[in-house]
Amino acid sequence: MSELLHRRPVVKELLKKRGDMLVIGGLGAPAWDITAAGDHDNNFPLWGAMGSAAMIGLGLALAQPKRRVLVITGDGEMLMALGALATIAVQKPKNLSIVVLDNEHYGETGMQRTHTGYGVDMAGMAKAAGFARTMNITAQKDVLRLRPLIDGMRGPLFAQVKIDAEKLHLVLPPREASYIKNRMRISILGPEVALHQ
Amino acid sequence: MTTVSKAAKPAARAAGRRPRAAAPRSAATAAKPVMPAVSSHWADQVHPMLVEAGIRQVGLVPDAGHSRLIQLCEADRSMRIVRLTTEEEGVGLLAGAWLGGEKGVLLMQSSGVGNCINMLSLPVAASMPLLILVTMRGDHGEFNAAQVPMGDSTQAVLEAVGVLVKRADSAADVPEMVSSGLRLAFNTFRPVAVLIGQRVSGAKDFRKLTKPTGDINE
Repeated sequence: MSELLHRRPVVKELLKKRGDMLVIGGLGAPAWDITAAGDHDNNFPLWGAMGSAAMIGLGLALAQPKRRVLVITGDGEMLMALGALATIAVQKPKNLSIVVLDNEHYGETGMQRTHTGYGVDMAGMAKAAGFARTMNITAQKDVLRLRPLIDGMRGPLFAQVKIDAEKLHLVLPPREASYIKNRMRISILGPEVALHQ
Repeated sequence: MTTVSKAAKPAARAAGRRPRAAAPRSAATAAKPVMPAVSSHWADQVHPMLVEAGIRQVGLVPDAGHSRLIQLCEADRSMRIVRLTTEEEGVGLLAGAWLGGEKGVLLMQSSGVGNCINMLSLPVAASMPLLILVTMRGDHGEFNAAQVPMGDSTQAVLEAVGVLVKRADSAADVPEMVSSGLRLAFNTFRPVAVLIGQRVSGAKDFRKLTKPTGDINE
């Protein structure tokens, strides 16, 4: 294999001209990555609840079936929620895409190895669960194919993107969960949501 | 009763609801619940409350004590049933639902509460409404020792992590406590659990089930 992909350019490519796409960022580096691409009202970066990113994506995708929902998370976070792949596959949300940035390590806690470094193929698991589209990505040309597939809303889609286990500076999103929640709800539902909720 | 968000458009909602996948269901079961017309089961009062409150997503890991409510929700075309592989999935699910303008309810047995604890940091930290209906095991008349540690600590651990707890120990109390829980959760934006005691659903005696005539749902 040639040069490994780098996480920040991959995420930046996926979020380019994103329109009304809704984005969940899994705990740790993916939350910093989506923020590095540009903090946004339609970003929900997680500061905790490790293992919840895919399921938050499902609840949001079911509530907003006409919007694209993209979950960007890490291999360690997704490994905590393999059962959610089955739950999501049964629900078949066409508008939900999950992209796992797989550096084969727990990057936030000292770069300990994860199961994917020993060959565990989560895209294969998603396919076996019944995801409509699954991809193992190692090259830039496939990164470029990913966004049109997300926009096509023929999911659920699952992509495992192998990336370099580089340690980058953090780009912190807003820290107050209630603020992050409210700005997304207002963005989706309009300012009147605060009056009628 | 709680107010329903006006922001989500019913037509758009209907268009996105009930897609091809979720549950295989026959036309007959989709049309009406296969229930007797007159019933005193608490679920027959609770289900209309959930409808009235605008509950759209029902996340669940089954429990025998919830079986009637599950049937009623499955037969209700305004509700999306999301079967979970483990209970904590439901906490994320309903956080996402709330972000997108939908209300939900989570159904589980007390053993499942233990699976949810860290995930509950999400609705607690973000002030998100969440209603969890918990049927108790390890409670009144329990037969199975393995159920006792979690059942006996359910209320304590929920309260420790910041979830408000209401409890019903008679069938008559269940609708009242669910009504209370709905209002508390959705009017004050916080996670609330309603514990439905084992006195309500009855304790299972495994010895009876060793006989060929035993009803495994009792």
